[in-house]
Amino acid sequence: MDKTVNNKAWLLVLPVLAIVAFSAVLPLMTVVNYAFNDTFGNNEFFWAGLEWFDEMIHSDRLHAALGRQALFSAIILAIEVPLGIFVALNMPKKGFWASFCLVAMALPLLIPFNVVGTIWQIFGRVDIGLLGRTLSGLGLDYNYTNDPIDAWVTVIVMDVWHWTSLVALLCYAGLQSIPQAYYQAARIDQASRWAVFRYIELPKMKGVLLIAVLLRFMDSFMIYTEPFVVTGGGPGNATTFLSIDLVKMAVGQFDLGPAAAFSLMYFLVILLVSWVFYTVMTGMDRSQSDIPEGM
Amino acid sequence: MRLRPSAIVMTLYLLFLMVPIYWLVNMSLKTNAEITGAFSLFPRDPTLRNYAVILTDPSWYMGYVNSIIYVVMNTVISITVALPAAYAFSRYSFMGDKHLFFWLLTNRMSPPAVFALPFFQLYSSIGLFDTHIAVALAHSLFNVPLAVWILEGFMRGVPKEIDETAYIDGYSFPRFFVRIFMPLIASGIGVAAFFCFMFSWVELLLSRTLTSVNAKPIAATMTRTVSASGMDWGVLAAAGVLTIIPGALVIWFVRNYIAKGFALGRV
Repeated sequence: MDKTVNNKAWLLVLPVLAIVAFSAVLPLMTVVNYAFNDTFGNNEFFWAGLEWFDEMIHSDRLHAALGRQALFSAIILAIEVPLGIFVALNMPKKGFWASFCLVAMALPLLIPFNVVGTIWQIFGRVDIGLLGRTLSGLGLDYNYTNDPIDAWVTVIVMDVWHWTSLVALLCYAGLQSIPQAYYQAARIDQASRWAVFRYIELPKMKGVLLIAVLLRFMDSFMIYTEPFVVTGGGPGNATTFLSIDLVKMAVGQFDLGPAAAFSLMYFLVILLVSWVFYTVMTGMDRSQSDIPEGM
Repeated sequence: MRLRPSAIVMTLYLLFLMVPIYWLVNMSLKTNAEITGAFSLFPRDPTLRNYAVILTDPSWYMGYVNSIIYVVMNTVISITVALPAAYAFSRYSFMGDKHLFFWLLTNRMSPPAVFALPFFQLYSSIGLFDTHIAVALAHSLFNVPLAVWILEGFMRGVPKEIDETAYIDGYSFPRFFVRIFMPLIASGIGVAAFFCFMFSWVELLLSRTLTSVNAKPIAATMTRTVSASGMDWGVLAAAGVLTIIPGALVIWFVRNYIAKGFALGRV
């Protein structure tokens, strides 16, 4: 749509600007303040310059948390994206069962994060949980509170349970926008199932898939509550991801300077990824603007 | 009738989704003695005692009331400020619009953990700590950008000629917006409200940091009471089940728009 140039439109944006500035810019300035100063309480601040950044960049603790975080996000994407596409391809296309599947799949998305943690905490316990009990009944030595590998598996399966539906729902919406004529043409050409997927369905899902991948990347990159409830970051530090480590540092140990420097670097990573996301997406909006919208 | 492979796949996937939830419901209907003593797939002696504990104790059920109060406040605030902004983004180009839009997006993507401590200090210093409005404002950090994005996506689908015709017919902007434009994007407003509701409802880190007693959300009540009273599994499970219900109720109304909302209005 061609837009009218009108700078008075700023007036319409002002309320949003005010409210987001209040809840984003002000707190961020506090973080910046802490990141460059040292304090012993009483609101007295001493200029620390880049000391905290230097300390954090060379901190083994941060490197370890970052490594675990990257591994976690990579595993999550590698499982959830293909599985989500696969589920979307198998969903009923219309009628009661389509609605039923949509509602049932969306259910985990609406459960408060800590209840998701609680569900899996209970489900995985060896003494009272169905999963833990079954696995130990099969003779497996499963205990997510003691064994780092088991803890990882539990946290990953939980995330797959929680968020795969998001990828599936987005892909499903992409698939619904493919006109029937495309499939008929493919049938006339006697295209294989794989060819239909590769040359018709996948290109049509590209846009929503990009959003799905980036949402999943960012949300898994800042995951906090679910693993915190299930494992508390343990055993040891095995499942201490970036956010958990940050909260531990800031609220638990009150190391405000390092925590703030850590926050700013964390925020910059997110900013960079958001920018890539935004650029690719607006680029795609522009190239698709001649195609009618709607799902 | 031949069993279709896709039906099998969907059945397996839905089973995977439902079994953990079933286990929670199952536990909420048992007594603690049965939970820890005997292992059973069905409650042998179904009891509603756990629900009764929650619904009769103010320190429990006030958690739900608090959660609902700040979630509703947040939804109203977010939608109210997002509507005109989304209209501006969908209809006009103005100085710095692209940068502003991007800046809003970064707030949706910023980790709440980064903001937890500064929020605590900010709201303490202006005397809003432990109030519902503090949580509602904190959640607008990610909900306002989200609402702007979703509404903008829906508004782009309304042809611009409608605006122009209304102005020719002598409608003023506010009257046009409320009487003509808003009904046209009613489904979009519904979806945006649903998403604000949802993300405010599921968030715990900020709402727990910003409250202590008077505005404590149910999610925080769950974690604290459990550690204090030494694992009352049945009540914990019942509280969990009760947090799922509001989402399950509203989900039916937006089932066809869920994907569009998650795609920030871009499907």
